[in-house]
Amino acid sequence: MLAELAGALRAMNVKVARTLDEACERLAENPEAEVLAGGTDFMVEVNYRHRSPKAVVAISAVREIAGWRLENESGGAGGMGADAGRYGTLWIGANMTYTEMATPAFEGLLPSLTQAARTVGSPQIRNAGTIGGNLGTASPAGDTLPVLAALDAEVLLRSADGSRELALSDFITGPKQTALQQGEIITGVRVPLVAPTDASNDIGRGEFLKVGTRNAMVISVAGLALIARHDIQRVCVGLGSVAAVPVRPTEAEEWISPRLDWQQRSLLDPVDVETFGEMVAQAASPIDDHRSTAVYRRHAVGVMAKRALVRTFGSN
Amino acid sequence: MSEHYQLRVNGESRPVNDAWLGESLLYVLRERLGLAGTKNACEQGECGSCSVLIDDVLVCSCLVLAASAMDREISTVESLAPDGDLSDVQRAFVEAGAVQCGFCTPGLIMAVHDLLDQKPSPSDLEVREAISGNLCRCTGYVRIFDAVQRVAAEREE
Ligand SMILES: Cc1cc2nc3c(=O)[nH]c(=O)nc-3n(C[C@H](O)[C@H](O)[C@H](O)COP(=O)(O)OP(=O)(O)OC[C@H]3O[C@@H](n4cnc5c(N)ncnc54)[C@H](O)[C@@H]3O)c2cc1C
Repeated sequence: MLAELAGALRAMNVKVARTLDEACERLAENPEAEVLAGGTDFMVEVNYRHRSPKAVVAISAVREIAGWRLENESGGAGGMGADAGRYGTLWIGANMTYTEMATPAFEGLLPSLTQAARTVGSPQIRNAGTIGGNLGTASPAGDTLPVLAALDAEVLLRSADGSRELALSDFITGPKQTALQQGEIITGVRVPLVAPTDASNDIGRGEFLKVGTRNAMVISVAGLALIARHDIQRVCVGLGSVAAVPVRPTEAEEWISPRLDWQQRSLLDPVDVETFGEMVAQAASPIDDHRSTAVYRRHAVGVMAKRALVRTFGSN
Repeated sequence: MSEHYQLRVNGESRPVNDAWLGESLLYVLRERLGLAGTKNACEQGECGSCSVLIDDVLVCSCLVLAASAMDREISTVESLAPDGDLSDVQRAFVEAGAVQCGFCTPGLIMAVHDLLDQKPSPSDLEVREAISGNLCRCTGYVRIFDAVQRVAAEREE
């Protein structure tokens, strides 16, 4: 009888939030409360006694931050600077899982993020892990981060006190360090649509490439996202696992962009491709660690940069 | 040790009392609810031996905070053969010799059921991808692939 009564009670220190307001309120009430999404980083830390939560706000059931949607598609200012947002913007909810990022409709809009998502962990991890959690952890090896860096993503934050938006480069402040404040929830990210949704030219939208010791269940040794920004005719590149935070090789981007044909796929000048690869490699500042060496990582991002450029712009 | 909550496991309501809030679903299933079919090996999502379905989605139960799974439908390997009659996937594993030490088997069985529910006739590559999160150190996987294709063929008939 007593046990039954107790069973009918709710867990005291674990709040399963249904709405953002509810989640923000609970975080504001209890400064010790920690946000839990898919648990694929959080629970590893708990299981290995590196984290000992006193209170948890679980947000996976918050529908407002699930899925994705197109914004301002007619071509208004997307809130992303003067040039950006010409083709509208894409809002990606923090709760979007890797499995959801791999669906065909989403892949059509942002193939590089789909490619990144498909390299994460295993089906079990992709079913649970979210983009919000990848940002929350902010590991140098986080696979969505090179894509978000290349797209100049805005990270959308909300707390009981209101909302704010931070550029990704301001949000990630160091390895596993973010500007997230106590009480704040990542609600999603906003990225520009780099080409019209009905684009007819045959140039790709971009690629994600990752080097690891095998194909499944592997943390990146080096990762690269190359985005063809048709809207501003610029190649944007994000590098992962080769510095404390995601890197943008802006000199390489500025050098190659005007040398490319933006109307159709074409034969690329091999010398240009080679130079681009070298410039990208030079922008990395990798370290030696248990996964790889700095020398190999620098070499790998150079090779991936060349490969991604040819796959996106090259014709046979 | 102050958390009290209910879980829905294999269609039944199961009270969990006096629990620590950080307990994983894997721990609660095995140590509090006596459901030892779900195996505990790595506790970091690498091995897949703790795979369960939550609201029909395959996940590692070691990475689920148990108390956060209140109000969700949890299915463990025990749900597949409630009266001891093996499911088709379980039978195929036995017949194909896909079971050796048996430790990874419950997780693999869950993953294979999930795969075949979504893709009734998977390609070899799809099978490999679907079980890439389940480690088996005995079989070398060949007989596991064999078992999956047996079920696919059987279900097609
Ligand atoms: C076996 C395994 C393989 C993996 N492989 C990869 C891989 O290949 N590539 C890769 O990038 N990662 C990988 N990971 C890491 C992990 O899956 C990802 O980082 C994932 O995106 C984390 O998301 P989550 O929803 O599980 O976050 P959680 O674990 O729930 O949370 C992670 C952190 O972010 C915070 N947080 C989560 N959501 C929010 C939010 N909306 N607002 C504020 N804070 C939030 C949490 O408080 C916590 O600190 C792997 C993990 C495992 C266990």
